This record gives sequence, C-alpha cells and structure tokens, in this order.
Amino acid sequence: MGPTSPQDLYLPPRTALGPLLSLGTSPGTPPLGLLPLLVPTSPPEAPPCPGSHVRVSPCAVELQSPLFAPGDAMLPWRVSRWAMQLSLQVACPPGALVAGKSGAGARSPSMLVPWPPSLRGSSSLPTGAPEVALTAERYPVQRLPFSEVTEEDLAAFEHMLPGRVITDPEVLAAVNVDWLRSVRGCSRVLLRPRTTEEVSRILRHCHQRNLAVSPQGGNTGMVGGSVPVFDEIILSTALMNRILSFHDVSGTLVCQAGCVLEQLGRHVEERGFIMPLDLGAKGSCHIGGNVATNAGGLRFLRYGSLRGTVLGLEVVLADGSVLSGLSSLRKDNTGYDLKQLFIGSEGTLGVVTAVSIACVPRPQAVNVAFLGCPGFQEVLQTFRFCKAQLGEILSAFEFLDAECMQLVGRHLGLSCPVRGSPFYVLVETAGSSVAHDSEKLTAFLEQALSSGLLTDGTVATEQRRVQALWALRERITEALSRDGYVYKYDLSLPLEQLYHLVPDLRARLGPRARHVVGYGHLGDGNLHLNVTAEAYSAELCAALEPYVYEWTAARRGSVSAEHGLGFRKKDVIGYSKPPAALELMRQLKGLLDPKGILNPYKTLPTRA
Amino acid sequence: MAELRALVAVKRVIDFAVKIRVKPDKTGVVTDGVKHSMNPFCEIAVEEAVRLKEKKLVKEVVAVSCGPTQCQETIRTALAMGADRGIHVEVPAAEADRLGPLQVARVLAKLAEKEKVDLVLLGKQAIDDDCNQTGQMTAGLLDWPQGTFASQLTVEGDKLKVEREIDGGLETLRLKLPAVVTTDLRLNEPRYATLPNIMKAKKKKIEVIKAGDLGVDLTSKISVVSVEDPPQRTAGVKVETTEDLVAKLKEIGRI
Repeated sequence: MGPTSPQDLYLPPRTALGPLLSLGTSPGTPPLGLLPLLVPTSPPEAPPCPGSHVRVSPCAVELQSPLFAPGDAMLPWRVSRWAMQLSLQVACPPGALVAGKSGAGARSPSMLVPWPPSLRGSSSLPTGAPEVALTAERYPVQRLPFSEVTEEDLAAFEHMLPGRVITDPEVLAAVNVDWLRSVRGCSRVLLRPRTTEEVSRILRHCHQRNLAVSPQGGNTGMVGGSVPVFDEIILSTALMNRILSFHDVSGTLVCQAGCVLEQLGRHVEERGFIMPLDLGAKGSCHIGGNVATNAGGLRFLRYGSLRGTVLGLEVVLADGSVLSGLSSLRKDNTGYDLKQLFIGSEGTLGVVTAVSIACVPRPQAVNVAFLGCPGFQEVLQTFRFCKAQLGEILSAFEFLDAECMQLVGRHLGLSCPVRGSPFYVLVETAGSSVAHDSEKLTAFLEQALSSGLLTDGTVATEQRRVQALWALRERITEALSRDGYVYKYDLSLPLEQLYHLVPDLRARLGPRARHVVGYGHLGDGNLHLNVTAEAYSAELCAALEPYVYEWTAARRGSVSAEHGLGFRKKDVIGYSKPPAALELMRQLKGLLDPKGILNPYKTLPTRA
Repeated sequence: MAELRALVAVKRVIDFAVKIRVKPDKTGVVTDGVKHSMNPFCEIAVEEAVRLKEKKLVKEVVAVSCGPTQCQETIRTALAMGADRGIHVEVPAAEADRLGPLQVARVLAKLAEKEKVDLVLLGKQAIDDDCNQTGQMTAGLLDWPQGTFASQLTVEGDKLKVEREIDGGLETLRLKLPAVVTTDLRLNEPRYATLPNIMKAKKKKIEVIKAGDLGVDLTSKISVVSVEDPPQRTAGVKVETTEDLVAKLKEIGRI
C-alpha cells in the first residue's frame, strides 16, 4: 500500500515540494541541472528478515539544490530511482532472460555507469554502493511457470502501443525497484498504455500467453507491492493521466487511474473542493494506486476511507474484459457492490483504469494546535475531549512520543514549540467559518489546559506555522532513517493499548535497540512502531518477529493497518484474518484471475 | 535599568504561503477571503522587543498597527507573544489601500512622541509591498538615529549597538537612544505563542484611535496605476545527450 500516511515518508512538509519528487517517476534522462548535486549515500546492504519489516532508508539522497534558499534546512530527499539507476547493476538470474534473439536492450550486461559521487555537503550517512539485491535472490521465492516474453510478444505490444513499449535497461532498472529500495525485480518490459482499451488488449494478450503482469502506479508503496518479483511485465499507468470530468456542484471527479494525487488536488482546489484523501506521497502517487491499496492518509479521520468516497471504478480484468462501473451516483443499491472487491486488492484482482470519486468542499478555516501531554492516558482523554468539543470541525488527531521529538530535533534540527513533555499531540481543525472554529478551538484549549490534560500548547493559523507544526509529525520517518537501520511496523490496535507495545519492546530489546518509538494516527487507532539499531541484526529481528505480530494478534489488531500486504507482508495475514477468510480470498482470486497472472507472489500467501 | 519603553509596529499582510492572484481590473491583488497574517519581519521585531523585556532592558512593549478592524487580530498575536498592550490606529478599509510608508511613518512618529518611547522596532519591509521605507522615514521624521537590517541588537546603557546586514557583509553601528531599528531575518527566530500566553493576551488592552486624533494627514500623493502578473514562464526544451545540449546552447547564443 502506498505511503498512506506522512509518518512513513521522509518527505518534506506537505505540499511544498511534491512536484519535484514526481520528477523521479518519469524515467529517462534526469534534468541535467540537478545531476551534479546528487549524493547517493547508503550503508552497505544487509539481508533483511524474511517477512515484514521495511528496511527504510538510509539510502536517502541528499538533494542540495539551488532551489532552496540558504536559510532553509537542507531537506534530504528521496529522489527516486532514476538517480540510483546510474549505478545499479542490471543483471538477472538465468531463468529470467528474454528468450529469443537479443533485441534492443535484451541482453543486459552489468550496467555500472561510473558516476563520480560529488561529495558535497554534510551527509551524516555513510556512503556505499546503492545497490538493491534482487528479490529473487534475497527472499525464498520460486518463479511460477509463467511464459517468458518473446520477440513476438514485443511485436504484438508494439502494435498495440506504438512507441510505448520500453525495453531500455536504464529505464527498466528504475522501475524494477520500489521506493524504499528494499525489493528489486528483473522485468525486461515496461508498457505504458494511454487508454482503457489498450490495457484491455494488453491483458487479453497476456492472459492468452500466460504472461505475468505487475501493475504500477506511482511506485510509492511501502510493502514492495508495486514492482515485479521476477520478470513480470510492468504495466504502468503513467500516461493514463487525463481528468475526464469534474462536476462542481456535486464535487464528483472522474479521472484516469494514472493521475497524480497532488495534481488532482490542485485541479479541484481551484474549483473550491479538495480531494478526500491526502498523504505525503501525493506528489508521486497515482489515484489508481491509492484505490488499489485503499490508501488511508491524513484526512481519513474526517472524510473516511476510499471505500466510502469512491463512487465508481472502471477495471480491466485478468482476461482483458472491461468492467465498467464508472458511476457518479452517490447511492446505488442494485446488486453486490463489486468495486469494493477491487479497492484494496493491490492489483491482484483487476487493473483499475479509471476512478470516480466524491470530493469535498474546501475548508475556509484551518487551524493546527500542537499540544504537550503528561502521559498517554491524558492523550486519550484529550482525544475524547476533542471529539466532544470540536466535533465536526476536527480533521486530524496525531500523536508522537518524546523520543520522536528528540529524534527530529537531533537529526533535522527542528525545535519543539512547546515545553518538553512525554507525549505530543497535533490537532487540526477544518471548517467553513474562521470565527466559529477559532471560538471552538479556543474554548477547547482553555478547558483542556485548566483540567490538567495538557502541559503546554500552541496554535497556528498561518500557513508557514501550520506547515512547520505538521513537519514535526511528518518528518519523523526521515529522522528515523538517519538514526540507523529501521524496523518498521504499521499496526491497528485498540486505543487504550495503542502505545503499550512501545515500553514493552523497550524493556524486551534493552540496549540492542537504539530507539523504540511510537507515533501515528491516534484518531484512527493506527500505531507506527519503529525500532532503530546501529545495523541490521538477525538476532534483533528475531526478537521483534513474530513477537510484534503475536502481540497484535492477541489484541485482535491488524498487522498492517494501511500499508497493505504487498510482497513483504504476504505471509503474516494469518495474524489478523482467520483461515476461513483467507480461503474465501483465495477462491475470489481463483475466480477473477484463474491463471494468476495479475501481480503474482503478492498479497496472499503462496499455498504451501 | 528597565526604564526603556519600546514601540513595535506590526503589519497585517497576505499570508506568505498564499498564492497571490491579481484582480481582473488590475487595480490590485485579491484580498477578500484570503488568509492574512503578521508580516514575518514584524514578527521578528516583536520577538526582539519581548526578548529585551525578558532581559529586563525594556519595561514596556507597545504593539501598534494601522488599518481596518482586522488589524486587531495581528495586534493580539503580538500580545500573545509578549507585548504588554496594543494600539490600533483605525483606518477604514477603503482608505487603508492607500496607506503607504510615509503615512504610516507619520503615525508612528507621532505615537513615539506621545507614548514617550525610547525604541521603535519595525520589520525591515513588508512582504506585500517590499517598500523598506517605513522605518527609515520614521527615523527621519523623528530626527532619531536608525539601525536598519539589524541582525544583532545589544543595549549598552543609553546606547544601542546594532549589527547590520549589508551587501558587503556586516556593519556595526552604535546609536544613541532614542532610536529606530528595523529587523532582518537573522536577528532571531520568533517564538510560538503558547496557550497560557494566548489566554493572558485576551485580557491585555488594545486602544483604538484615529489618525486624525494624532493630527496626522493620511493623504497620499501616490496612486497605483496598474498591477499585473509577471510574464508566464515558457516551457523548457529537453535534449537527449550532452552533445545536443551544447549544440542547443550554441544555437541560442548562450555559449
């Protein structure tokens, strides 16, 4: 599932620099102006735990660009793979070579393009080879007996999508690696359809030929679900980026699946609306991918899940047939609601090609309050209080612990705006009346302060201050990645116990871990638990897993609140779903994709 | 020592992060329904004044703003940051559009005398007009010394040591009080107004007066002829290889 919540991204504050990040998603020559300033840095690779932690990061690329004023903190970027591709080795194990005579780029020798690292600036991360090991080599996974792409297949694709069948190794190198640089496939073919009809033709052909397909949107997922495991054909929605219609009374937006979320946001904002979801990856993620992963995000608390806001979908099924349910109706109870099957199916039941979504009116007044709380009990009580006092204007309720604040202070130089406290809460309100909202917020704050729930607090309405406060919460992931090797968990737990796992793990791990932190969407009962250590260690991994999953399962929580299962969490579904549910899921998969060509090796565990 | 009294001028401007749109009749920019906040440099001035008060070098900090009723919000923010009381020089919205540095400087000069302050602090410029004139004009009208673009301020008895940011580097001046100082970016980082202070600020006084009460004439000899968008940036050209790049650059005469 895509980075559905900003805490999982080490991206700069919300909207500011999204478009720049999307530069990375278009393969090809990077803008030359930026090349001399890239400093690829990453520690040496280490084998991860087979299973679920996300090896976040220390592969951040410091983008020191003249675009930033000298006074600003240098924001380290995840400039996407095109930067990495320059020194990536593209070599595939024998089973995955293109059969037949070599066409352009068919035989790929090690494409080590020597790149003189310009060692500019202060990087606190050790430099090393920015190579990602092949998923096939690193994880215990066997290639299923799909066909291999032949020259005839390439010719057929070329006929369907003239000029948009890419086999250039440099381009493929980029799209074979996920955003977190934790998994790498060895696909040789990237297809870029423009229309649903083209997607249909592609899938019909692949279905006939038994060729596996890996659909790819913005490639910002956190569980390795958006890149091939072996040589699956990558079906990219990058060119399916047309907005089809927007109705400014109902706020219904109809668009193709490859539209970038931030661009959709801008389009509807100009017309007085906002998208019902917002996440840190907005500058790169595609709406089709958001739907396929049932992305959560920042506005979840207020506007709910995509399961409520998506009005209709157009999906191409595994055999190429088009299921066109692109309705704009708010209510339609005729038969089973099929779109719900595809929302969150992570590309394994069908390829979403168009989305109809209900946008919401743009709030006139947005306030952010940053509060300090003396304990987790007080955090929970503040939440109750918030819901009661702020009611309908509450739009976000996030929390973080003191260690998170320490980390953002130490690694990113962000100062704490309030008195030091064990916990911090970020409350956002959004409404249609400045006066009304300020009054409610002030009343709430006065009461909370006088009843001892808060140690301190501050309020912001100016954009700059609002963004600065959000940065304290959104950049935690970035700070964590600079603290060392990160083991990342995304859990849904009962509210009263949301934080308990953190001190529990601190005691359990002792000095083996550098930091154990907890933060997240308290309003949604979603904990982001992160453990940092000096380096990867199998011993530490074993101490974490399956302990964290068992702990979560014992409390009937979810082992993947919003990220989904993808490739790296496909084997832990059992901790949150009973066998009967899994069986039914398998049956549905068998029904919709009998040959299993859509995004294989993901989401559901391989049958033993 | 705490005998000094400071007057801090704050301006309500369109928020720094808002996308500015020019009005179709080109008479100005759209301000209706647009987010406004305190000018960032004015925030720095308030912060500096409050810090001086915390160091017990200044006894009282008075925040002043000229404009329509909404200016009071800006003054409240200054109070929440630590100013003691506020003065709102009320100017109706229609006239406020024509308030320029000279008019504001006249008001500040009169107020500085009336309130018997020793130090007038302002931001170096406002982010809406970028005039960078009000502080200087105020000093001129009062015939007081001025230290503009201050990046460091130290009180030394009855003198003020001001380090200024200038093109060539830093210049240090010693001014005899009373004086006018305008603040630059690196002077300080303004604090967040914390809740207890926001609550306290509600009880602080804001006096409302008119420019006429001070005997100041707000007529302006300047009128805005037109406000237009800057020319649109044309799209760039993508090339495939370095050779192409060099050839293209030569073609357009850049190298």
